[in-house]
Amino acid sequence: MASSKSLLLKTCVLVLLVAVFNSVGNVLLAKGMRQMGETPGWSLDILGIYFVRTFSSVWVWLGIGCLMLFFVSYLLVLSWADYSYVMPAAAAGYALVPLLGHYLLGEAVTLRHWVGVAFICLGVAIVGRTPPSTTGRG
Amino acid sequence: MRTFIFLAIVVFAGTGGEIAATHAMKRIGEVKDFAPRAVLGVLGRAFRLGWLWVGLALMALAFFSLLALLSWADVSFVVPATALSYVVGALGAKILLGERLGPERWAGILLVCIGVAVVCTR
Repeated sequence: MASSKSLLLKTCVLVLLVAVFNSVGNVLLAKGMRQMGETPGWSLDILGIYFVRTFSSVWVWLGIGCLMLFFVSYLLVLSWADYSYVMPAAAAGYALVPLLGHYLLGEAVTLRHWVGVAFICLGVAIVGRTPPSTTGRG
Repeated sequence: MRTFIFLAIVVFAGTGGEIAATHAMKRIGEVKDFAPRAVLGVLGRAFRLGWLWVGLALMALAFFSLLALLSWADVSFVVPATALSYVVGALGAKILLGERLGPERWAGILLVCIGVAVVCTR
């Protein structure tokens, strides 16, 4: 029988993985798609070529790999923790996106972004104070 | 009007899908062994549950509705508006999954919802 402390620890680790894999995956995917540029047309031939080129991008595959790891960690943590706990806690990833976007994609981070990040961090901190599971374990 | 219908599909199908997946994982029970082989075993059992497939189907519906929505609606309206998912998801967790949300958790969820909407606004 796991103590509530070790339950909290493994919930924190998994939620962190969920947040990181989700945001890193999205940024990698965005990087890959931005290198591709917009599709030059909507005919089946052009879309077919665009599709093949998309899936020959290393960044796109790295993004997909991260998003798969995100989904697996999400399912694992939901096997014991509340959905209403994991979902807002994983939003910590949204606070990571402006930072990753800034350092990996060279995007500007505005004051409004920082205000949003502050709201998210405060919200995550408050949710983190509540017990991860309220429905009885398992 | 079309925009609001699609936005509603994105929000409700997305959270509904995650709630269905949560329900499936609660049936599997608390995962305690994180060795790769054990995790694969858990996934194998999870993918044999109908609720997980219901969840995946709803999430796919939400994803493609979002893509469709983004093809005509303004990104600076659509993406922040999907932050409503946090509130809808919390209500769903309370009503459908029987989770007990105290005032602290509600307060945190509202802050996250506002924060995500602000971050996603361009």
